[in-house]
Amino acid sequence: FAGLADVSISEDIPVEGEITVPVGSRSPDEDYSTLDEPVRDTIMRDLKAVGKKFVHVMYPKKSSALLRDWDLWGPLVLCVSLALMLQGGSADSKDDGGPQFAEVFVIIWFGAVVITLNSKLLGGTISFFQSLCVLGYCVLPLTVAMLVCRLVLLAGAGTVSFIVRLVVVVAMFGWSTLASTAFLADSQPPNRKALVVYPIFLFYFVISWMILTFTPQ
Amino acid sequence: ARPSAMAAPGAAAGGGSSRSGATEWGGFEDNMQGGGSAVIDMENMDDTSGSSFEDMGEMHQRMKEEEEEEAAEGEAGAAEEEDGEFLGMKGLRGQLGRQVADQMWQVGKRQASRAFSLYANIDILRPYFDVEPVQVRARLLESMIPVKMINFPQKIAGELYGPLMLVFTLVAILLHGMKTSDTIIREGTLMGTAIGTCFGYWLGVSSFIYFLAYLCNAQITMVQMLSLLGYGLFGHCITLFVTYNIHFHSLFYIFWLVVGGLSTLRMVAVLVSRTVGHTQRLILCGTLAALHMLFLLYLHFAYHKVVEGILDTLEGPNMPPFQRVARDIPVVSNAVLNTTAKAVALTL
Repeated sequence: FAGLADVSISEDIPVEGEITVPVGSRSPDEDYSTLDEPVRDTIMRDLKAVGKKFVHVMYPKKSSALLRDWDLWGPLVLCVSLALMLQGGSADSKDDGGPQFAEVFVIIWFGAVVITLNSKLLGGTISFFQSLCVLGYCVLPLTVAMLVCRLVLLAGAGTVSFIVRLVVVVAMFGWSTLASTAFLADSQPPNRKALVVYPIFLFYFVISWMILTFTPQ
Repeated sequence: ARPSAMAAPGAAAGGGSSRSGATEWGGFEDNMQGGGSAVIDMENMDDTSGSSFEDMGEMHQRMKEEEEEEAAEGEAGAAEEEDGEFLGMKGLRGQLGRQVADQMWQVGKRQASRAFSLYANIDILRPYFDVEPVQVRARLLESMIPVKMINFPQKIAGELYGPLMLVFTLVAILLHGMKTSDTIIREGTLMGTAIGTCFGYWLGVSSFIYFLAYLCNAQITMVQMLSLLGYGLFGHCITLFVTYNIHFHSLFYIFWLVVGGLSTLRMVAVLVSRTVGHTQRLILCGTLAALHMLFLLYLHFAYHKVVEGILDTLEGPNMPPFQRVARDIPVVSNAVLNTTAKAVALTL
C-alpha cells in the first residue's frame, strides 16, 4: 500500500466506473450454463453418466464415481423395468400371487431407505442420496437376471429351466450384494461392516426371491 | 404466523388496484424498505398502523381473487402502477404492517425448521444402534437360554438393531412361506401382509405388554420391552425357516415346543425377575407366553403349504381336522365360488 500514499483524487473529476466486482469471471460459469445447448446434448450427457455407472456396477472396482456424482435416473429406470417385467406372473390373475407394480416399486425404494437409515445410524459417512444411488444401481444384475429368467421361461417351465433360473438368480444376487458392499462398506467403521452388509443381503434376497418365483401365466 | 391465516373476513377494500399474480409477496419486498432487513425507515411510516395483519390478510385475499379473475397482463408495468396506487390508497399504514408481518413469517419459518430438525432428527435413535457384531451374536444366542436367577432384576440391553433385523428376517421368511404355499391374498398384497403381520406383532404386543407391565408395576421401559420381544423372535425365525422347508407336522410341534418354548421361557424369566408379587407375575408372564406361542402357531398354520401326500403317509389318521383343509386349490375354490354365486343368483 505504500504506492498509494501519494494518490490524490481531485474534486472536479467525477468518479465513475463499476463498483460491483464481476463474480465468477474466472470461474467456469459459462461451462455450467447449459440452458442454451441443444436438448440432445443434455440427454446424451446424462445417458453417458448413467451408462458409465452401469459399467462401474458390472465391474465393481473401488472407484468413487458412483458416490461422487450420484444420480437417481439409473435406479429409476432399473426399478421401473424390473417392476414391469414382474408383472403378469400370477396363479390367478384377479387376486394375484404375484407382486403388483406398486409393490415392487415400494419394496425397492422403501428397502433402500431403510438400509440407508440403518447405515447412517451405525455411524456411516455416506450421505442419504449417495447410498440410495448405489443401492439402486446395484439392482442392475438382478434386472439382467429377470430378463434371462423371462427368456428361459419362454422356452418352457420344467425342472431344467428352474435349475437354470436358480443358478442365474443366485449368481446375480451374489454379484449385487458384492457390488453394493464394495461401495457402501467402506464408509463404515471397520468393525461394523457385517452389521451393514446383513440388511443389504436381506434386501437383495427378497428381490431375488420375487424374481425366482415369478411364473408367467 | 402466516398473515393470511389471520385474514379478517372483511371485504377487500376498494379493489381498485389491479394486481397480477406475479407480484405476490415478492413484489412487496421490492417495495418495502430494506428488503428483508429489520431496519424500518420511519420517515415513510404512517402511525395509524394498527391491524396490520388484517391488511396483510386483505391484500392476500385480494391478490387471490384477482389471480382468479385476470390473466397475466403486463406484469412489470402493472406492478409499479399498482404499488403506487396502493400506497396512495392505503396510505402507508400497510408499510409497517407488511414489515412486521414479513418478520413474523420469517420467525415462524425459522421456528418451524428448527422444530423439524429437532424431531425429525434421526440422531435420537443413534444410541440404540450402537452395537458391535459380537454383541449382536451374543444376544441372539442368549435369547434362547432362560436365566436361572429370578430374584434380582436381569439386565436387558436397550438396543434396536438386532430386533429390527430380526423382524425384517421374519418378514423375508414369511414371504418365502407364503410363496411356497401359494397363499392368495385378496385384499392387499403379499408384501404388505407380511410386513404388517410382523411389525404389527412386534410393536403391538410390545406396547400391550408394556401397558400390562405398567399396571403390574414391573420395572421395564418401552425400549427394553421392544428389545426383549424382538430378540424373542429369533426362535420364531429359526422354527419357521426350518418348517417352511421341511413339511412335517410333528417336526413343527417339536420345534414349537422346544425352540419357541425356550425363547418364551427366557422372556418370561426376565420379566419375572423384574416384577414383584405373584399375581402380577402370573398375569404378565401368562399373557406374554400365550401371545408368543400362539403367534408362532398362527404363522405356521396360516401360511403353510399342506402337502397332502407326505401327510398321508406320515401322519396317519390322527391329524387335527383343520389341517386337512387345502388352503388354496384354485379349481376347488373357483368351483365353490361359482356354485355359491349361482345359488345366490337363483334365490334372488
